[in-house]
Amino acid sequence: MSKSLAIKWIVIIVILLGSMALIYPNYRWYSKPEAERTKLESLGEKPQRLLNLGLDLRGGSSLLLELDVSKLSDREPLNEAMARAIEIIRNRIDQYGVGETSITRQGDKWILVQLPGVANPAAAEALIGKTAMLEFHIVKNDTAGAEKAIEKLESMEEPYDQDGVLKPEIAELLPEGYTIFRTKDGGYYMVDKEAKVTGADLDDAHLTMYGDNGYPEVSFSFNAEGARKFGQLTGSNLQKQLAIVLDNTIQSAPVVQSRISKEGRITGTFTLEEARQLTIVLKAGALPAPVRVIEKRTIGPTLGEDSIKSGLSASLYALLAILLFMMIYYKWAGFISDIALVLNLVLLMAIMSYFSATLTLPGIAGIILSLAMAIDANVLIIERMREEKLLGKPITTIIQLGYDKAWSAIFDSNITTIIVGCCLLQFGTGPVKGFAVTLIIGLTVSLFTAVFVTRAIYELMLTSNPKEISL
Amino acid sequence: MMTFFPKTNIDFLKYRKIYFTISTLILIFGVILFATKGLNMGIDFTGGTMVQVKFESPVEMSAIRDALTQTERESDLQSYGDNTYAVREKGAETDIAEVQAGVEKALDTLNVPYTIQQANFVGPAVGQDMTERAAWAIILSLVLIIIYVAFRFSNILWGTSGVIALFHDLFVMAVAFALTQREIDLVVVAAFLTVAGFSINDTIVIFDRIRENMRLTPRASLAELINRSINETLSRTIITSLTVVGSLFILYFFGGEALNSFAFAMLVGCICGVYTTIALTTPLVYVWTHGGENNASSSAGKPARKAEEKKPAAHMQQEPQHAPAAQQHGPKKSVRKSRRNRR
Repeated sequence: MSKSLAIKWIVIIVILLGSMALIYPNYRWYSKPEAERTKLESLGEKPQRLLNLGLDLRGGSSLLLELDVSKLSDREPLNEAMARAIEIIRNRIDQYGVGETSITRQGDKWILVQLPGVANPAAAEALIGKTAMLEFHIVKNDTAGAEKAIEKLESMEEPYDQDGVLKPEIAELLPEGYTIFRTKDGGYYMVDKEAKVTGADLDDAHLTMYGDNGYPEVSFSFNAEGARKFGQLTGSNLQKQLAIVLDNTIQSAPVVQSRISKEGRITGTFTLEEARQLTIVLKAGALPAPVRVIEKRTIGPTLGEDSIKSGLSASLYALLAILLFMMIYYKWAGFISDIALVLNLVLLMAIMSYFSATLTLPGIAGIILSLAMAIDANVLIIERMREEKLLGKPITTIIQLGYDKAWSAIFDSNITTIIVGCCLLQFGTGPVKGFAVTLIIGLTVSLFTAVFVTRAIYELMLTSNPKEISL
Repeated sequence: MMTFFPKTNIDFLKYRKIYFTISTLILIFGVILFATKGLNMGIDFTGGTMVQVKFESPVEMSAIRDALTQTERESDLQSYGDNTYAVREKGAETDIAEVQAGVEKALDTLNVPYTIQQANFVGPAVGQDMTERAAWAIILSLVLIIIYVAFRFSNILWGTSGVIALFHDLFVMAVAFALTQREIDLVVVAAFLTVAGFSINDTIVIFDRIRENMRLTPRASLAELINRSINETLSRTIITSLTVVGSLFILYFFGGEALNSFAFAMLVGCICGVYTTIALTTPLVYVWTHGGENNASSSAGKPARKAEEKKPAAHMQQEPQHAPAAQQHGPKKSVRKSRRNRR
């Protein structure tokens, strides 16, 4: 064996072993039962560098949120606000305790939240989207003069705008400076329009499972600024009712017995789940501006499972059919390209694992295209070899010319397709990107396996001076 | 040696008028089809909501449709096979939770157990953004392909023909989707992209062969070169396409519902791609290179022949870096070089 051939084989073997080492953790991880994986994931103990499955394959929900930039404070630049919004959403979701979530910025003002395996996205959505407008309003003693407004309010589906301000057609029916809120049991209170203290001044929040009246409660503490404001509010309104308004609904309206500054409690007929969500939202703080869900996709776990099962088995049959065909049609040469094809898949998986890439259905399409081009490269080479063989050339020349002449076509077609892949990567969103990633990796790998590796195999065969290689 | 095709010597260019006629007819048919039936764009592009349910036992589609009238919303019902149905509301901006609840309530009246497999809501802004991005990606890739091919093959006509061939394949796919009224969603877009990749690949393989043959026999006419190159690569074209189409058939029939549209699109695109490469790309190069004399050359009048002979030499001239005296010595040099290779 010549020195250069030995080096080639060392390179190939090292790459092969490296790929195996990268793929093995995947095998260990995905052979664990589903429940155990979910548990480990939520504990953050999922190994690094694994090939991930996209939501379309494993089931789950994805939400695309738009930050309402018109409501941003002028002092906060967009980039900072987005970073903060993402951080807050991440906090809220982490505390809710679902599996591995991905929260990424997309474009200017969009945030993509992907929740794998979440069966009930509504809960998660409520958690993310909630502005959790907690406000404290002083209650006016009677509702006189508000009858008309209440009547009108009952007839409307959404009497409040996004900021919790009554819509003007109702507000004009009320005395100046007041607003009305519904209580949880269907009554109404007329309260001061202005909320002197809001949830924005909160410092921390805790859940109490069994509060005074047997229902879960949420206790909270203010920051310095909030404590000062709250002290002032309670101190000047002793013996009056204070309405605790959460998202336009009065949770409770206790009578102020004494001046309170630092700490408080929200009581009401919460369910445990409601109280838990409220605690999380209060703790994580308020979003810099309201967010709106502009895209929502939920894929049931059964659909993901079905599509992965039939898709995988069909792909496997297709691959086997190709391998078999190549072997029958091109004999030894076909077998050698089969080796390269399988190696191509192994390397592709290894590289994707290394980058913790996500495999989606369009991603599988990208793999199929790259495999097809790998086969094409080998067909090109073998057809060239056949042409030379028909001219009666010696075996060494056949192999050398086969590669030399096919190379420019293989190179040009791969480069053009990689160019397309790069454009898609640059401009594409989620699924298109997934396609581009597997395509680019696959093509790069196929240049290595279909040309470099197969040639190394032929050269190794030539060292034993064969008379002929069947093509 | 096992071969499906003995060495062929078909005059592919001779039938170019037939190809162009066929392609023009497809083009006209397609435009009419788009204007009348239109494409069934999925909610990924139009925005809207979609709820997909699977019943545990067969249900009449009309029964489902009747039940759905209770939702008092305008929606389409589509069967996916295997007792699976999708309820769609295009362009709607309503909350998916609301739509889903309505659908569930309506379907409960059927008294057949079912599971919700998928529920999607896409806002109109998202669909628009997606379309814009896809358009940019396509425009940029096409321009880059033309530039790259022009650079590698020293001729801008070639790259342009390749891009036209690519468009032709995508157009035929779109026609197939308009004809069957299959829905175009993101996975189908991936299939379109894949076919675009195949299309370029096929084109380049033939161009590469023409380039090589030009170098080997610089005195041959372009028509001869093109025909010989197509014939020489024919067996490769067929084998590669056969493996791809074969595996796509497997995906189409056994790949499950998620891959079905993908496989369908790819099948149409790949089968069409073989035709396009042989019948459109290179004939276009031929016709454009010869411009006005297009009419005379097919029956190969002697004067036209002479004009053709000079063209390949002109191509050679554009690889001058290594051989400054290109016109005279360039061709000979490359012949000599390839002889050396053969030894």
